[in-house]
Order: sequence, then structure tokens, then C-alpha cells
Amino acid sequence: MTRMHEVHRGGVTIPASGTGANVDPPAEADEKVSVRGVDFYYGDNNALKKITVPLYARKVTAFIGPSGCGKSTLLRILNRIYDLYPNQRAEGEVLLDGENILSPKQDLNLLRARIGMVFQKPTPFPMSIYENIAFGVRLYERLSRSDLDMRVEQALRRAALWDEVKDQLHTNGLSLSGGQQQRLCIARTVAVKPEVILLDEPCSALDPISTAKIEELIDELTDDYTIAIVTHNMQQAARVSAYTAFMYLGELVEFGTTSKMFTAPTDRRTQDYITGRFG
Amino acid sequence: MPQLYAMRRARNTILMTLSVAATVVGLGWLVLVLGALLWNGFTSLSVQVFTEMTPPPGSAGGLLNPIVGSLMMTAIAVAIGTPVGILAGTYMAEYGKYTNLTMVVRFINDILLSAPSIVVGLFIYEVMVRPMGHFSGFAGAVALAVIVVPVVVRTTEDMLILVPKELREAATALGVPRSHVIAHVSYRAARAGIITGILLAIARISGETAPLLFTALNNQFFTLDMNAPMSSLPAVIFQFAMSPYHDWQNLAWAGALIITFAVLALSIAARSLAGRKVV
Repeated sequence: MTRMHEVHRGGVTIPASGTGANVDPPAEADEKVSVRGVDFYYGDNNALKKITVPLYARKVTAFIGPSGCGKSTLLRILNRIYDLYPNQRAEGEVLLDGENILSPKQDLNLLRARIGMVFQKPTPFPMSIYENIAFGVRLYERLSRSDLDMRVEQALRRAALWDEVKDQLHTNGLSLSGGQQQRLCIARTVAVKPEVILLDEPCSALDPISTAKIEELIDELTDDYTIAIVTHNMQQAARVSAYTAFMYLGELVEFGTTSKMFTAPTDRRTQDYITGRFG
Repeated sequence: MPQLYAMRRARNTILMTLSVAATVVGLGWLVLVLGALLWNGFTSLSVQVFTEMTPPPGSAGGLLNPIVGSLMMTAIAVAIGTPVGILAGTYMAEYGKYTNLTMVVRFINDILLSAPSIVVGLFIYEVMVRPMGHFSGFAGAVALAVIVVPVVVRTTEDMLILVPKELREAATALGVPRSHVIAHVSYRAARAGIITGILLAIARISGETAPLLFTALNNQFFTLDMNAPMSSLPAVIFQFAMSPYHDWQNLAWAGALIITFAVLALSIAARSLAGRKVV
């Protein structure tokens, strides 16, 4: 497997490293999440049309496409966060380990504990750094004080934040910088030990250094987690993902390994988008 | 000087003069009122005001029984009105945000918010005083509670709506049940605003006279019995200020000064809370 190769297209140079950029799609059994023929509606507006896409276990799948194409909407279906709003609904099937999570019988809190999400804007809760992480953990596990301390430390270490905050665990999470806040949100998500992590443009509000840190972190997280990331930044998609899905106007145009998507896309629209001709 | 510029300057001067004049006129009355209050109030204020009962005309006395009565009725009014108001506001902002019931409640609440307080007094007279057969401190407290509720409902709803929806989504995405999201995230984020609302409600009722005249009436003796007519500062001020007796009038000034300072203290507390960053 080539760890590092350059992609030349329309004058843009995209280093396509990342985890397994050249791997063939794994067998069907490795599909952690399968989106099958999903339609999504905001009121009467059909925002997603018959989307079918897999998320492979312990791989990063990037969703790219111009603004308003439905990338974030798709992510918001996977943990059914859209259920908070009465006029939004999804039709079709989303299988998580073979179980349809769109079924009305699905327990939403348990589902969301299994599928974590990090949002575009950092959203620390109005409480201490420690409590930000312990809050979610306490809901599903009864841990002793020392075990909880350990869990908080682990989560902060995973999010590459521990060294920066270990002496101020009990100060307010809102006092951190934007990049630190976003890593705190990732730590909070990791701490409840989900199986899938959804990242909705996690770096769009961050500077390049914080972005680099979070990308490194995503790379490490693939050891244990299945990850879906929405991004506007195609270099980022190329850097962090093994698979890429290109969406346009509510449809899934093309899905494939990231290296193939960035070197030899089959659809004209994909090619136009990644070469910067529109979007 | 160019002519256009000179005209603009002249217009500016005229407008500024008018604005300053309007401010001086407005503030002038306030200064006069406060000046009269401070002068008459402080000359009438003494330790006896806080330690002795309201006297018959011509003898020395204080305002102990109305002070205690006001404190007790205010405390009970807040104890009844605050939970009702916070829970109703929570329903409107969190659970029933999109329902017709919320719209109806909001509309009625706005009417209640601006309803003349004497109407509230008459209402409680009809439903409590008449059936019970006598005036009581408890009826007074309930009348004040009816005034507290709309203020607290309004501020609670407004403050909860200001909590960014991203924060709720982030908590929900961790698998946190809705009741926990409200109790641990929304309330924390809106805490300063909600407390400010309660303080403003206390300030509002501490000067109310009309609803007490029909409910708690007045009592020239000291009592802690909520089932008996109860004295209150506004009612005593009303009675004493209208009287022809000089010492009663002085006590009325002292009472007015006490209420003003209590409200001032509440306003300062509310302001400093509202201006503070959420913890």
C-alpha cells in the first residue's frame, strides 16, 4: 500500500495519504452502517433522494459536495438527531449491525450512545472541563471516583488535550480556545465509548494548527471507531479518509475509495467538483 | 466652511440640545421624587421603625408588623409562583415549542403580565376571601403569586430559547435523555437569566398595594398567622400617608424608603447577575 502519493488534477496537488487509501472495498460483513434507499424531508422539501451508501467498520468515510447538497443532513439521520424537530422525517432503511435504526421501536438514547457526533461549532456544556466529559459517562455507567477520573484522563489524552488542561480540569469548558473546545467535544464523544463517530465539519471553525491536531486524532481513532466526516475541504477528505462519497443536490453521485475518487472518478460531476470547477 | 457641512453641524447641535433637554426633564422628575423620598425617609428613619409595632395616632411606634408581613407574603408568593412559572416556561421553550398550546399560553401570559394588579386582587377576593369568610395573609400571598407567575414564565421561556440549539443537539447526541438535557444543560446555560427574572418578579410584587387591599387587608397588630389579616408595607404606606396625623405620615415615608432600597438592591443584584458570564 502506498502511504503517500500525489494526485495531480487541474493544477491542485493533493497529498492522498491516510488510512488505506488504496485498499479494495472490504467484504459485505464489514459494513458497520448501511444506508439503504433513504429519503429525507424537511416539511415537504425532499432534501435527500434514495441515498444508498455504506460505512465500513473502522474506516473513515468522507462526505464531500457543495453547500446544501445534503451531507450534514445525511449525518443527522445516522443518529436520528433530526427527531428533535417535528417536521423532519426520514424514509428508507439505515442498518447498524443489521438492525434498522429508523424503526420506531429504536431507543433513541441508546442509539445515540452508540453513534456519537461532533458538530461544526464547538459546543462545550456550561460546566467544568471535567464535568463536560463525566456528564455523558455517568449516564450509562456507574464508575467509582477513581475510575471516572481515569476515564476522563483517557478521553482527554485521546483527544490530545490532556497536557493543555490537566491543571485546570475544574475550570469552565467555555474558557478554552476554539480549537481546544472542539477537542474537548471530541473527548466527550469518545469518553462514552461509541461504536461510530460522526464528524460534521469539525474543523471549519478552526485554525490550521488545531485542524492538523484534529486530523491526526481522526487517524488514531480509526483503530477503534467507524468514522463518517463531512467536510468542505477536499484536501482534508483526501488526507483523512479511506472512502469518499460525493453528493450533489440531495443525491449520492459517486462512492469509492478515496484514491480512486480523487484520481479516476467515473462521474463527470465528481470530476468537476474535485477539480474546483464548481461548488 | 462649506455650506452643506455648516448646515449639518447646525442641525446636529439642535438635535443634541433637544436630546439633552429631554433627558434632563425626564431625569429631573426622578431626582425630585428620590430627593423628597430620601429627605423625608431618612429624617423619619430610626431603630424603632424596625423594632416596634404600628402605633395608634399620636404615639410612637414602628413598622415591624408590616415589614414582617411583607416579607412573609412575598416569600410565600415566590415559593408558589416560581416553580409554576419555571415549569410552564420550560414546557413552552423545551417540550411544546411547536404546539398550539404554547402559542395560546404565551398570548394569555402576555395579557396576565400587563393586567392591572387590582383585577388580580378582586379575583382572589372572589375565589379565596369570600369563601373563607375573612381576609388572610395567605390570600395576599396567592394574589402576589398570580403576579409572579407571568413574569417568571416569560423570562424562563425567553432565556431558554436563547440557549443555542446546537448545545441541546450536542447533549442529545451523547445519548442524554431530554429531561437531563434540560436540567443539566439548558438550565445551567440559562441560570443567570432565570434568577434575574425571579428577582425582578420580587421587585415587582414588593411595591404592589392593590392586590393586597382586597386579600390580606391590613393588621395593626403583629401576627405570624397566615390565616389572619396581615399587615404589609404598601398597605400601611397607603393608610398612613392618607391620614392627617404627622407621625403616621413620617412612618409612611420611612416605609417607602425601605421598599425603595429593597427594590434597588434587587435590581442591582439582577443586573450584576445578568451581566455576568454564564458559569
